[in-house]
Amino acid sequence: MTRRQKRTLWRIVTTAALLVVLQVLPVEGWARFLCYLAPYFLIGWDILWKALRGIVRGQLFDENFLMAVATVGAFALAVYSGSGDYLEAIAVMLFYQIGEWFQSCAVGRSRRDISQLMDIRPDYANVEREGKLHRVDPEEVPVGAAIVVQPGERVPLDGVVTEGRSTLNTAALTGESLPREVDAGDQVVSGCVNLTGVLRVQTTKAFGESTVSRILDLVENAASRKSRSEDFISKFARYYTPAVCAAALALFLLPPLARMALGLAGEWSVWLYRALTFLVVSCPCALVVSIPLSFFAGLGGASREGVLIKGSNYLETLSKVSTVVFDKTGTLTLGDFAVTGVHHSPFTDAQVIEYAALAECASSHPISKSLQKACGAQLDRDRVRDIRDVSGQGVTATVDGHAVAVGNGELMEALGVAYTPCSGVGTIVHVAVDGAYAGHILIADQIKPGAKKALADLRAAGVDRTVMLTGDNSAVAQAVAGELGLDQVYSDLLPEDKVRQVEDLLARQRPGKKLAFVGDGVNDAPVLSRADVGVAMGALGSDAAIEAADVVLMDDDPGKLAQAIRLSKKCLGIVYQNIAFALGVKALCLVLGAAGVANMWLAIFADVGVMVLAVLNAIRCLNAPK
Amino acid sequence: MKKTYPIEVDCAACALKMERAAGETEGVAAAGVNFMAQKMTVEFAEGSEPGETMKRVLKACRKVEPDCSIDF
Repeated sequence: MTRRQKRTLWRIVTTAALLVVLQVLPVEGWARFLCYLAPYFLIGWDILWKALRGIVRGQLFDENFLMAVATVGAFALAVYSGSGDYLEAIAVMLFYQIGEWFQSCAVGRSRRDISQLMDIRPDYANVEREGKLHRVDPEEVPVGAAIVVQPGERVPLDGVVTEGRSTLNTAALTGESLPREVDAGDQVVSGCVNLTGVLRVQTTKAFGESTVSRILDLVENAASRKSRSEDFISKFARYYTPAVCAAALALFLLPPLARMALGLAGEWSVWLYRALTFLVVSCPCALVVSIPLSFFAGLGGASREGVLIKGSNYLETLSKVSTVVFDKTGTLTLGDFAVTGVHHSPFTDAQVIEYAALAECASSHPISKSLQKACGAQLDRDRVRDIRDVSGQGVTATVDGHAVAVGNGELMEALGVAYTPCSGVGTIVHVAVDGAYAGHILIADQIKPGAKKALADLRAAGVDRTVMLTGDNSAVAQAVAGELGLDQVYSDLLPEDKVRQVEDLLARQRPGKKLAFVGDGVNDAPVLSRADVGVAMGALGSDAAIEAADVVLMDDDPGKLAQAIRLSKKCLGIVYQNIAFALGVKALCLVLGAAGVANMWLAIFADVGVMVLAVLNAIRCLNAPK
Repeated sequence: MKKTYPIEVDCAACALKMERAAGETEGVAAAGVNFMAQKMTVEFAEGSEPGETMKRVLKACRKVEPDCSIDF
């Protein structure tokens, strides 16, 4: 509790005690009035003061003003009617303060809890100078510096392990509880916790560019993109209070005037009391507090699961996703291509692979990487000249003075080389050397272990269409889609085709339903931004993906998407519950108040009670449904 | 230019009031208050000086919510 919260608590307790004493104290008349004035000012002085300031500055219609008018009015009414029932006015103020106090404590607490959840900021880095370790601010460590990470410490900066071996806990980043083994030569990502051994790390990025800073930046800015529900609430709040005031004024004036016109008694005090009851329920606090809290908790809960959502608006969109489009490579399949065979070649297998690998040596495409891996030896780039990338077809280059072309059938046709089609399932890379066909290399990708379950989970989470886009040939695409049970497959797509295909699918969406595109963040930034929600997977260490996507899955488990959708649905469900519940109860109070059934006690209980329940309900967003 | 400042504000309705007040301040193109994160994001208008503008923003916010504070 902060100091102000403690002070308010004291005021609440003292006021309540005073009221109990006053109930048994036999004072009457003016003495009674003065006795009751003391607890009233004790509990309400700040509200009265703020209301006064508001009036002076022309800031009418805020909740302080309304509470002040309602309670002063109730007091005046008690004096006027001579009933001596001052308790009501004080009770309204007391419960209002209890409500505010509870809200401030609950919100402050969950705010801290959630912030702590996302707190992966490293406090220091150990730099070795003259054989001694010095603790320095991570921001002061330059790129290329040697740092030491001891067991139990957080890796402060991205880097490469130069010495040592350990296991890292990546849970804070990925939600994955299984520790990751690292050895000399491996990349380490800032934000992980070193568990077992001492690591010497050479930094590859400055603190500002390291993973941990980027993620923190993203998380901190997440809630600034507001969802439609939040916008609705802030607009609603702007009109609700003045509207209730106008209604209260009308309720005070119109019925008595009408009655007088009909020749009946005006009953001014009855209608004044009912109008004051109106003012008590005029605070939109339950909604204004609980809706942003729901989203904040939802974003926090998601980040605990290793899903970073860049804003409440995306959380909202995610809950309406009915179509999920996957880019095959790296999302449903491992993207870890392996050469499975070399066919129809006049050269030895190793020779063909070496030619292909050299020609592709400048590319970071998974296919090129698998060729380089299959080749084994370190590639001497000086042997390659004139590398030309033919988009969607392959590459041509000069290797050791031979013209080498590596790519698909289209490339061979374009070069006028007769090629032999392959019967195997996989990506087929044709190779031509000096204009003559040199056989083809079969490269196959593997389906991720969790992919099948992930798709089943998506269906269970309400996704009714799953689509796969791939640049691979249709044989590969069909084989993968068949095994995983996808609804639609589009194969042989160039990167620009993927954008067009997604636009096509978007145009065919049912209204109100959204489309999510899932990619691995490599080469699919345009598609990520075109979809309603772009989801990048396996983003740990990939800056491009973190930039381009709206939702970032920190590890490469596609099952996280279904989890994120379930969480978003739960969160939005809670938001709608709160909106319906709060508005319903307030409307009921207004009607009952106008009819004279509800008194001020009921009104203030409803107002505070709704807020407490709505806040407690909102905090449930933090826990992802299992 | 866009900058984010830590703020202190007690209630969500007050945060909304601050957001509106800050947004209407001279030199501010757009302002957003995130009550949960206790942060204010201010987008400054072309050619306005952040330090001076923030002084005006604080004054405007104090007017609607006397208890608030902005750290700049």
